[in-house]
Amino acid sequence: MRRASAALLTAPLLLFLLVTFVAPIAAFLWRGVTDTEVAPVLPRTAAALSAWDGRALPDEAAFAALVEDLRAARARDRQAGGGSIARAAARLNADKPGFRGLLPMTARRVEAPFDGAARAVLITISEEWGEVETWGAIARAAGPLSSFHALTALDLRQDAAGAIRAAPEDQSVFRAVLLRSLWISLLVTAACLLLAWPIAWLIATTRGAAGILLLAAVMLPFWISLVVRTAAWMVLLQREGVVNAALAATGIVDAPLPLMMNRFAVVLAMVHILLPFMVLPLVAAFRALDPRLPRAAASLGAPPWRVFLRVTLPLCLPGIGAGCLLVFIQALGFYVTPALLGGPNDQMLAWFVGFYATRSVNWGLAAALSILLLVAVGLCVALYGRLAGFRRLGAA
Amino acid sequence: MADPLVRFEGVRKSYGAGPAAVQSLDLDIARGELLTLLGPSGSGKTTTLMMLAGFELPSAGRILLEGRDIARLPPHRRGVGVVFQSYALFPHMSVAENVAFPLSVRGVAKAAQADRVRRALAMVRLESYGERRPAQLSGGQQQRVALARALVFEPPIVLLDEPLGALDKALREEMQLEIRHLHQRLGVTMMYVTHDQAEALTLSDRIAVFEGGRIRQCADPRRLYDRPADAFVAGFVGENNLLPGRIEARDAESCEVRLACGPVVRAEAVDAGGPGEGCLVAIRPERVAVAGVTAAELGEGALPATVLEAIFLGDHVRLRLGLGDGGEVVAKRPAGLGALPEPGGAAAIAWPEGAAFAFRDAGARV
Repeated sequence: MRRASAALLTAPLLLFLLVTFVAPIAAFLWRGVTDTEVAPVLPRTAAALSAWDGRALPDEAAFAALVEDLRAARARDRQAGGGSIARAAARLNADKPGFRGLLPMTARRVEAPFDGAARAVLITISEEWGEVETWGAIARAAGPLSSFHALTALDLRQDAAGAIRAAPEDQSVFRAVLLRSLWISLLVTAACLLLAWPIAWLIATTRGAAGILLLAAVMLPFWISLVVRTAAWMVLLQREGVVNAALAATGIVDAPLPLMMNRFAVVLAMVHILLPFMVLPLVAAFRALDPRLPRAAASLGAPPWRVFLRVTLPLCLPGIGAGCLLVFIQALGFYVTPALLGGPNDQMLAWFVGFYATRSVNWGLAAALSILLLVAVGLCVALYGRLAGFRRLGAA
Repeated sequence: MADPLVRFEGVRKSYGAGPAAVQSLDLDIARGELLTLLGPSGSGKTTTLMMLAGFELPSAGRILLEGRDIARLPPHRRGVGVVFQSYALFPHMSVAENVAFPLSVRGVAKAAQADRVRRALAMVRLESYGERRPAQLSGGQQQRVALARALVFEPPIVLLDEPLGALDKALREEMQLEIRHLHQRLGVTMMYVTHDQAEALTLSDRIAVFEGGRIRQCADPRRLYDRPADAFVAGFVGENNLLPGRIEARDAESCEVRLACGPVVRAEAVDAGGPGEGCLVAIRPERVAVAGVTAAELGEGALPATVLEAIFLGDHVRLRLGLGDGGEVVAKRPAGLGALPEPGGAAAIAWPEGAAFAFRDAGARV
């Protein structure tokens, strides 16, 4: 009874989360595994290609279906003023460059009735209609489910016959971006751990007002927006910024140092922003550590470094794990800081999600990259659970 | 003491301003003995132990272990075993790993480690518990593991800091005997810190009574109980009636004291001043004889008293008696000695010669 009423009381929150958080994200991620732009425009072609094996050019029926589809779509577009052909062309262009021009041009050219086989006419319009991969792109985009975006996010391609192979070198970016994101997150996590350890120890062992003051100093950045803090780093690090001005004034450097638009600036600012997430779990772990245990270890003959390795460190491991997990997962999804402080080669996965979602309007790829990010985070959490166990995370 | 194992020489420990926690301590610990530091909290006994263990640096003085000054040596290079009040077992290690810890940091070979761990666990009757985690053991078992861990590397001395403080009474008494037997069997030197005088009496070869950062008296349990050196020891070790009074006359060994409540008594002048000075007269409750007769009938030196309260405790009756004008004496009377007047009735009390001691009043001493 009591449990039921408690569940009922949390229902508004669950509903709110479902409507504002779970449902939109699920709907967005769904786009990563579906294709919806092409099928409404080329329904007959999609149907004609559904049984095609992709080894040779499709038969005349498919060519005729395409002509019919394009005529119908063009008539619809003219009537409703929509750009459905352009949208389908953009999606196909993502698979096979050239489609952005090919599809509207073909639609224009086949509008007037013609005699003879559709196949010959289309190949006359453009030789590309005589290529298997042109038809493969349409088949792959026919939906409703599609592995195209997911494969693209992994730098993979599927050809018309269904074989999966690596994408051409000049189009392979996402594996490198994923590795870069993991590497930057790892760097930031390691730096946070090294920097947070002594301050957390100090906070945990300082009694009274001084300890609270120290903790407040660590918490202070929480009260300032992430964008403002990143902007402050820009003020500090830019060519004519505070640091360079100070260095020049003291005569340490002649020319301004390139402190911004590089990896260094990204890591520096991310460490600054994420440090509290490492300090707090460490403080909790150190406070929970029975001070008699290191003493006991010393009395049993262990020199300080052995006390650290065999007693202090293992007992603080849940706290260390919690802090690293918090920092690493947040770092993996960082967007603003690398965007503002990093160069082109310092952008992380989230930046590409933003790029495809807003600038190139390739929602499918943006969603697929988001899934990649989600899976990477999920794997990290699973790895942590495997190594340390979640019960110990709760203890920290 | 010839060739003591441990010698404190003029050791002093002070924290900033205020009185020193330990004031000029001189103490020898003989090989193989079990010495207890007994005192109330804040008396300096734990500070003394921590200085020997190496967790506190003395402000002055020397601490010699087997003739070598170790006062400045870090804890891990002293080779002294310590058993802490809260056991301080490593929660992330099994019982066997806990006991093996001092061996593994000393680089003892794995096979030898396993053998010695097995023997140490057998010693505290926990042979079959090696694979368990400390959290799966009871308090008494955990303390036995802590003992095994402190003994397994065969240190010259084991320090025990209120090791039984967290256990309930019955278990504490059982563990006291266990520690005593372990000490007798192994012949290892032990320094034991406690605030429980009964525990100190049970365990010790010698007891050093601490108060205010000083040793008040250091003696074997019987002597400490029978001939306390001052009013503090008399009051702290065992139960005592401490009656304030003023010395009227004294010779070398004894004195006559007029108690504040009226009567004049004879007492041994252990630590008393001259005539006219204030003092406390100490008489053990079990030495006070009570009878439902007049003082004259009981004998010479007997005093008239009033029964205020009688509590039956099975083996004895505990009596609270009014003495003179507002004085109060507690007496323990073996059960079955015959009837006594009801509370409010008159009685007589007396004690054997040599059972009363006169001490300087602690209030006048500070």
